[in-house]
Amino acid sequence: MLELQNIQYDVEENREILKDINLKIEERFVAVTGPNGGGKSTLAKIIAGIVKPTAGRILLDGEDITECSITERAKRGISYAFQQPVRFKGLTVKDLLTLAAGKNTSVQEACGILSEVGLCARDYVNREVNASLSGGELKRIEIAMIIARGTKFSIFDEPEAGIDLWSFNSLINVFEKMYREMGGSILIISHQERILNIADRIILIADGRVQKSGTKEEILPELLATTGGSACDMLLSKNEKSKSG
Amino acid sequence: MDIIQRTLLEEVAGLHEVPEGAYNIRANGELDSRHTTANINIVTKEDKPGIDIIIAPGTKHESVHIPVIISQTGLQDLVYNDFIVGEDADVTIVAGCGIHNGGDQDSAHDGIHSFYLGKNAKVRYVEKHYGSGDGNGRNMMNPTTIIELAEGASMEMETVQIKGIDSTTRVTKARLREASSLVIKEKIMTHGSQTAITDFSVDMDGAGSSANVMSRSVAKENSNQKFVSVINGNNRCAGHTECDAIIMDNASVTALPELTANHVDANLIHEAAIGKIAGEQLIKLMTLGLTEKEAEEQIVNGFLK
Repeated sequence: MLELQNIQYDVEENREILKDINLKIEERFVAVTGPNGGGKSTLAKIIAGIVKPTAGRILLDGEDITECSITERAKRGISYAFQQPVRFKGLTVKDLLTLAAGKNTSVQEACGILSEVGLCARDYVNREVNASLSGGELKRIEIAMIIARGTKFSIFDEPEAGIDLWSFNSLINVFEKMYREMGGSILIISHQERILNIADRIILIADGRVQKSGTKEEILPELLATTGGSACDMLLSKNEKSKSG
Repeated sequence: MDIIQRTLLEEVAGLHEVPEGAYNIRANGELDSRHTTANINIVTKEDKPGIDIIIAPGTKHESVHIPVIISQTGLQDLVYNDFIVGEDADVTIVAGCGIHNGGDQDSAHDGIHSFYLGKNAKVRYVEKHYGSGDGNGRNMMNPTTIIELAEGASMEMETVQIKGIDSTTRVTKARLREASSLVIKEKIMTHGSQTAITDFSVDMDGAGSSANVMSRSVAKENSNQKFVSVINGNNRCAGHTECDAIIMDNASVTALPELTANHVDANLIHEAAIGKIAGEQLIKLMTLGLTEKEAEEQIVNGFLK
């Protein structure tokens, strides 16, 4: 279980990105949604240890990890799939999966994981994770790394970003399968109705605060009504916002 | 051959025992052993130190190993090795120099390698440099490579210098005839107060010739690197040179490209990038459970792989 207590994050005076966030995450699949610039990614980075909160405490299974480094948190079981995956000149897909798994990964094991995220494994396993891979391919490899880790708390920051809607449909199956098979909790930042639909709980974050939190039956109808009623519209409004912000 | 020499041999040539095919092993400035084949002859030069490696026309899928190992402190070794590769031959040549300097005097190996490739000949040339030893004497290597490519010939040269060479000045000069092609891949890592200068100069004289010079390097601690790449397009040709360097600590790296087009259809490109390891790369690997230092090692190893 992950618990956030009074998390505050200010970048400079009078500019608060997150204001007094209190959350207990014990469900298996929690979706965080809300407009861009609302503080969702910052919250994910605070959980992973990339960003230090100005105030507040983070507890993982009751243990205070607020002062733990990124590495220490990773070792305690937190995984984080970036919204914008990083490229590495020279490191191959198999290298990254091996590092993620923390043990030597055979070609067969690597292929198995890649197939799960919809990549034709043989074509990818020895590819360098460099500029020759497309954004969508990188996102899938990013997700594959989290599967290879298989830790108790996995964060996905907008897995749909940079993936076309057609490929995204197959990715939904990946998350459904993860939900069924992965032991730990998944926290997923998403704007996609189909992702929100498989969540045990939906948290709406806007203006640095938790605005709403509840089951999909409680949150989704209202959310869809205010954003125009469809996932495409949600995406559209998000893109417009990201242009302006 | 003693254990130190065997270790050096393994580092520079990947050899545990005597290699297959033709070879010439030079240890502490003298011939250690040699083997020739029906198609590949190795002859000691009479006018100066060094050997001639003569590869018969049409020789296919054979290899030549010519490692040099130095374990005697203070040895200054200079050799001239000429490779005469016959028409249509297709061979792999592995050279390399390993120095173990346990003493206080400087050890040096200067190898001047000249390649003369006949028409449509194809050569893959691999060269590795390695130094070790705990003495105060420095390990120095100054390889010079001269490449002459006849019509349709192609050569791929891979050079690696990862450890233990205190000072190196590498000079490579190539002349390309019609439809010939040259690919050079260089990998260098320097640390401590090492200095590495590499100086490439390619003249593309023939129509349809192409050259691609790529360098990847990592400069750590207080080391210095300088990469000079001169490409002259004297005919219809395609030239590309690329320097990609990771800089760390207090190191310094200079990239000095020089492209000259002397023909309207000479197509020349240069790319150079010097920078530290991207912070997000370190963070990504740390989220996989690596420490910052382990992440750095993985990134550097991958980059130079």
